[in-house]
Amino acid sequence: MSYEILGITVLWIFLYGYLIVASIDFGAGFYSFFSLITGKRHRIHPIVERYLTPVWEVTNVFLVFFFVGIIGFFPETAYYYGTSLLVPGSIAIVLLAIRGVYYVYSQYGNRNNKFYMFLYGVSGLLIPASLSIVLTLSEGGYIHEQGGVVSLDYHALFTSAYSWSVVVLAIVSVLYISAMFLTYYAAKAKDKEALDILRSYALFWSVPTILCSLWVFFAIQRHNLDHFNKMVDNAWFFIASFICYVIAVYLVWKRSRLQLSFVMVMLQFGFAFFGYGKSHLPYILVPYLTLHEHFTNESMALALVIVFLLGLLVLVPSLYLLLRLFLFDASYVRGKLSKK
Amino acid sequence: MSHYDPVIYSRMLTTLTLAFHIIYATIGVGVPMLIALAEWMGIKRKDPHYLLLARRWARGYTITVAVGVVTGTAIGLQLSLLWPSFMLVAGQSIALPLFMETFAFFIEAIFLGIYLYTWNRFRNPMKHFMLLIPVVIGSSGSAFFITCVNAFMNTPRGFNISDTGKLTDVQPFLAMFTASMPTKAAHVLATAYVTASFILGAMAAMALLKGKNHVYYRKALKITMVAGLIFSLATILIGDLSGKYLAAYQPEKLAAGEWHFKTERYAPLIVGGILDDQNQVHYALKIPYALSILSHGLPSAEVQGLDETPKDLQPPLWIHYMFDLMVSIGMLLLFIGLWYVIAMRRRRKSGESARPLNKLLLSLIVVGAPLSVISIEAGWIYTEVGRQPWILVGFMKTVQGATKSEHVDLMLWIFAGLYLILGVSSAYVLRRMFKHHPAEEELKGGGSKA
Repeated sequence: MSYEILGITVLWIFLYGYLIVASIDFGAGFYSFFSLITGKRHRIHPIVERYLTPVWEVTNVFLVFFFVGIIGFFPETAYYYGTSLLVPGSIAIVLLAIRGVYYVYSQYGNRNNKFYMFLYGVSGLLIPASLSIVLTLSEGGYIHEQGGVVSLDYHALFTSAYSWSVVVLAIVSVLYISAMFLTYYAAKAKDKEALDILRSYALFWSVPTILCSLWVFFAIQRHNLDHFNKMVDNAWFFIASFICYVIAVYLVWKRSRLQLSFVMVMLQFGFAFFGYGKSHLPYILVPYLTLHEHFTNESMALALVIVFLLGLLVLVPSLYLLLRLFLFDASYVRGKLSKK
Repeated sequence: MSHYDPVIYSRMLTTLTLAFHIIYATIGVGVPMLIALAEWMGIKRKDPHYLLLARRWARGYTITVAVGVVTGTAIGLQLSLLWPSFMLVAGQSIALPLFMETFAFFIEAIFLGIYLYTWNRFRNPMKHFMLLIPVVIGSSGSAFFITCVNAFMNTPRGFNISDTGKLTDVQPFLAMFTASMPTKAAHVLATAYVTASFILGAMAAMALLKGKNHVYYRKALKITMVAGLIFSLATILIGDLSGKYLAAYQPEKLAAGEWHFKTERYAPLIVGGILDDQNQVHYALKIPYALSILSHGLPSAEVQGLDETPKDLQPPLWIHYMFDLMVSIGMLLLFIGLWYVIAMRRRRKSGESARPLNKLLLSLIVVGAPLSVISIEAGWIYTEVGRQPWILVGFMKTVQGATKSEHVDLMLWIFAGLYLILGVSSAYVLRRMFKHHPAEEELKGGGSKA
C-alpha cells in the first residue's frame, strides 16, 4: 500500500469515527432538549447523560485529528479549502464552541438550565450541516481559482440541489444514528420507558434517512456525473449498506438483539461512507487536488505514518478502557456505581 | 480603517483567538499538575482535605477545559482559514508535532473523562490517582508539541526552499527540535504551573481573607504556594536561558525588546522607561552590564544592537514594555512565594501556625492570580510581535502568509462576540459553582459526594 493510500484511508477512518460519535453526541443533545420541551425529560435524560458526559471531549478530538491529519498528508488542502472555507468554517467553529461549552455548563455548572439546553440541543443539529459543506465542496464546481485567488461561489452553493441534499442527509442521519444508539443503550440499561420513546424516534427517522440517501445519490448524478459513474462501478458498497439498514431497522422493530442492530447501523454508514470515498478518488478536491499529485513529501509521510502507528498503540487501549468503563459496564449503564 | 486589508484583519483575529485561548490553555496545562499533587498528598497522608481539594479543583477544571477545547479547535482551524499559504509550507515541514499534539490531546481527553467519573468506582484510591498521570502527560505534552511548532516559526530549519519556491530536503524531526524549542517549551510549561498555582492559591487566599479559617483553606494555600515558589524559581532560571538563546539566535528580538540600539560590550539592561520619537530613552533604570550577563553570561560580552538589522526587518520597539511587564510580574510572584514560605516557617517555629496570615500577603496572593495571567499574555505578545515582520523567520513574511479571502473583518467581529460570551459565561458558571457548594458543606458531608 502506498503512503498516500494509507494516509487517506487513515483520515477517512477517523472522519468516519467522527461521523458516528458526533452523530450520537449531537443527536443526543437534541433529544435531551426535545424531551425537555415535550415533558418527557425525566424518562430519557438519565440515559443520555450517562453516556454523553464521559465522552464529549473525545468526540471533539476525532475532528481535530482529521483536519490536522489532512493538512499533514495533503498540505495543499490548507490553501484551497482554507481560503474558500473562511466563512462556513468560521460558522462551524462558532457553533462547535457554543455547543461544547454550553453542554459542559449545563452538566457541571448549572444543571437543567433550559437556555443552556436549548443552545447545545439546537446548535448540535446545525453543526453537521455546516461541516458537511466540506464534502459538498470537494465535488467541485463551487470553488474557483483566478489569478492566484481562491474563492467560494456562494450563489452556486446555495442554489444547488446537491448541496442541499447533503445538508438534509447530514441532519436526518444524525437523528437516526443517535436514536438507534440510544435505543440500544436504553435496552442495556433495562430502562423500558426510555427504550419505548427512543425506539419510536429511531423508527421515525429511518424512513427519511434512506430517502435522503437516495436523493444524494441522484443529486451527485446531476452535479458530477463522473463521480456518479464511479459510484455505480462500486455499487456493491451501497447495496451492502442498504442490506445493513434493513437488518438494523428490522431488529429495532422486533426489539431484539439491539447491539447487533447498532453494529448494522455502523456498517450501513461504513459501507456508504467508504464507497463514497473510494469512488471520489483520485480527487481530494475536483479538479484542483488529487491524491497522488498533491501528497506531502516522502520524509514527512514516513514520519507521520510512524507517529500514527505509535499513537495507535496508546490510543486503542485507552479508547477500549473508556468504552469498557462507560459503555460495556452493565452496572454503570444502569446508573449504579460499583467499586472495583 | 476604510480600506479592507485581509492581512491586518487576519492578524487581529489570530491575536484575539490566541490571547483568549492562552488563558484557558495555561490553566488547562497547569491545573492537572496541581490536582495530581493534591490527590497524591491526600492518598499518602490519608487526608480527606487534600482529596476534597483535588475533587473541587477537578470540578471547576471541567469548565475551563471546555472553553480551552473549543477555542483550541478554533485556533487549529483558523490557522488554515486565515494563513493558508503559511500552512501550505508548514504542512510539509512541521506537520509532525501538530499531529502528535492531537494524540496528546486524545489521551488527555480520554483519561480526563474517565477520571472525572470514577471517583467512587475503585476500591484502591491509587488506581484513581493513576488515571491522572495520562491527563498530566497529555496536557503538558500538547503544550510541548504546539510550542515546537511555534519554535519552528521563530527558528525554522529542517527544510530548504528551491528557486521555484518548492520545499526540498524536508527533515521532520529536525524541524521539530529547533534551537528555540528547549527554552520555549520549558518556559511555557513552568509558567503554566506557576499560573495555575497562583490561580488556585488565590481562591484559598480569598476565602481566608473573608474570614473563613478552616484548615482546608490553609492546606490549599500551602500546597499552591509551595508549588508556586518552586515553579517561579524554575521560570526565572529558564527565562535567563531564554535570554541567552535570543542573543545567539534572534538578536533583533532581544535588541528591540531591550532598546539596545548599538552593538557594544558591557551592555546595560534598560528597565522601564519611555521611548520618544528620536529613539531616546527617558526615565529608565539602567543596570550596568546586566544585558551582557543576560545575553552571554559575561559582563564584558558584546551584545548585537538593533542597528545591524535592516530597518524594514526590525520588530516594533514597544515590545520592551511587554518584556518589562512579564519580568516584573515574574519577580513579584517569586517574592510572594518566598514571603509565604518564610512566614509559615516562622509560625511553625513559634507554634502559631493556626494564626491567620498577614492580610497584605493574602491580598498579594489574590492579586497574583490575574497578574500571572497578564504576565503570560505579555510574554507571548513579546515573543510573537518580536519576530515581526516574519511569520517564518528568514523565509516568509507575515503578509505573504495571510489569506486573500473576503469577510475576514466580519469574522473578527463574530469571534470577538463569541469570546466575550464564553469569557463572561465561564466566569459566571465557575463562580456559581463554587459559591453554591462551599467547601465547608462538603466537608461536613464527609467529602465523598461527587
